[in-house]
Amino acid sequence: MSPHALELARAFDGFFAALFVLAGLGVIVARQMRGTLYLFMSHALMLSASAVVLAVALHSTHLAWVALITFSTKVVAVPLVLVWATGAKVYGRREVDHVLSVPLSLLIAAGLAFAAWIVSQPLVHAIPARPFAAINLPTGLIAIFFGAFTVAVRREGVAQLMGLLIMESGAFFASISIVHDLTIIAEIAAAVDVPIAALVIGLLLRSIGAVTGSTRVGHMATLHERR
Amino acid sequence: MPDLVHHLLANLLQAAFLVFFSPLVSGVLARIEEMLQGKHGPSIFQPYRDIAKLFTKEELISEDSSWVFRFAPRIQFVMPIFVVLLVPALTAYPLFFAFMGDMVAAGFFLALGGFFVALAAMDTGNVYGPVGASRTRMVGFLSEPVFIMVFFSVSYIANSTIPYAVNAAFSASWASSLEPAHLLVLVAFFMLILAENDRIPVDNAAGKTEIAMIGHSKNLEYSGPGAALMKWGGSMKLMLLAIIFLNVLLTPWGLATTMAWSNIFLAIPLVLAKILVFLVVLATVEMSLAKLRLFRISEFLATAFVICVFAMSVRLVGLS
Repeated sequence: MSPHALELARAFDGFFAALFVLAGLGVIVARQMRGTLYLFMSHALMLSASAVVLAVALHSTHLAWVALITFSTKVVAVPLVLVWATGAKVYGRREVDHVLSVPLSLLIAAGLAFAAWIVSQPLVHAIPARPFAAINLPTGLIAIFFGAFTVAVRREGVAQLMGLLIMESGAFFASISIVHDLTIIAEIAAAVDVPIAALVIGLLLRSIGAVTGSTRVGHMATLHERR
Repeated sequence: MPDLVHHLLANLLQAAFLVFFSPLVSGVLARIEEMLQGKHGPSIFQPYRDIAKLFTKEELISEDSSWVFRFAPRIQFVMPIFVVLLVPALTAYPLFFAFMGDMVAAGFFLALGGFFVALAAMDTGNVYGPVGASRTRMVGFLSEPVFIMVFFSVSYIANSTIPYAVNAAFSASWASSLEPAHLLVLVAFFMLILAENDRIPVDNAAGKTEIAMIGHSKNLEYSGPGAALMKWGGSMKLMLLAIIFLNVLLTPWGLATTMAWSNIFLAIPLVLAKILVFLVVLATVEMSLAKLRLFRISEFLATAFVICVFAMSVRLVGLS
């Protein structure tokens, strides 16, 4: 690949990485459950777009499959499964009581992003032969941190699930820049797990909602103690 | 024609472009929003009719008000015209006043207009004026750090705060538009446009309830020519920020690159076409969001601020 084409591919990858981080930031702060779901879909879409860029730049069929499978599972299947399993009513809700205020969450997210970048640097320098690792590795790690943070600060079950899925997307975002020839069987196996996890957790949320009248799982511990 | 005279005339043409087309921009935006709501909406030329009608009306001024109240509409009207002399509205090459001020100066001019309008709102006995003024100052107080961060981020990316130099830096390579830091700044600046122009989710431009108003309650006491200038100035501010967003940051193309007048006049429909696309996006964003409660506005602007911090960090660590 010519240096100019590689530079262009890196520019596109950086562009999608920035949108990936923005969508992750949106999931942390979005209050409307439907908005959270759309942001998660955008997040997964950016992962697919980055995989397409890397597939074209590195002439890797495996990465093209990764892009296709990610798109079909996370952008299409997971939202459909979740809406079906939890019930559409849940997505009309708003989470009104974040554990932390939005500005504080954002500041912590900015700190996490910086920490992720620092942590990833030794790894980036250890693999100089991977041209996209300098972008994808820190970005993927940022998404993992954002996902963990979302699970910690959100009280709605759907938002917490989105945090888990974002962590998974972050791991993929980082790994596609390091491993270009993951076998398709492993990729399909990993991808099928995600809708199944969404189905199981979605059904669990539906049951929780049916029993308690709420899907704010962040309050479940308090409920248990009061009994 | 000597270069100096040409540049001066082109500068004046930029100002005329802003003055004459800004009501059209407001009219088109209102029409698009009505269409998105499934209504027919008023004519796109309605703001021209409103302004013309207001100029023929008698102006009533409270006896308790001071010179500030009479002076504020003139400031509100003139400040965007000063700013458009500093930014690449029609030409990609710098004009006569290009180096008289940078983006910080542009922000200062716009803030000065806002300051006088807020003072004027508190100058009358209308109870809603001071409420609107204090709310606007609150939004302004929260949005100014974002403004400054956007300027810093842009100057960091383009190595200049002169709008023409930023335009030249971004238009030199379209790949530079894809840089993560650039994208993040664009998102933050778009959020700032929503806040500064009293658009949803910060304020509802079509709202009629005084108690819920932020920016619009400041103009309630004006009538006749004063109201016309306030309305016209507001339209110019929207169009000016759209020009800065499009011609400096997002799509620095379509501007005249030579001194031929045909080229400069050709830039007018091209810039208007870009603004039309921007208005469609703006209207779609507004229609898909709900107005935030007053104390949630800080969260909206804090998000913009953190996005700017991200942009600076991304640039700082060389992730581009």
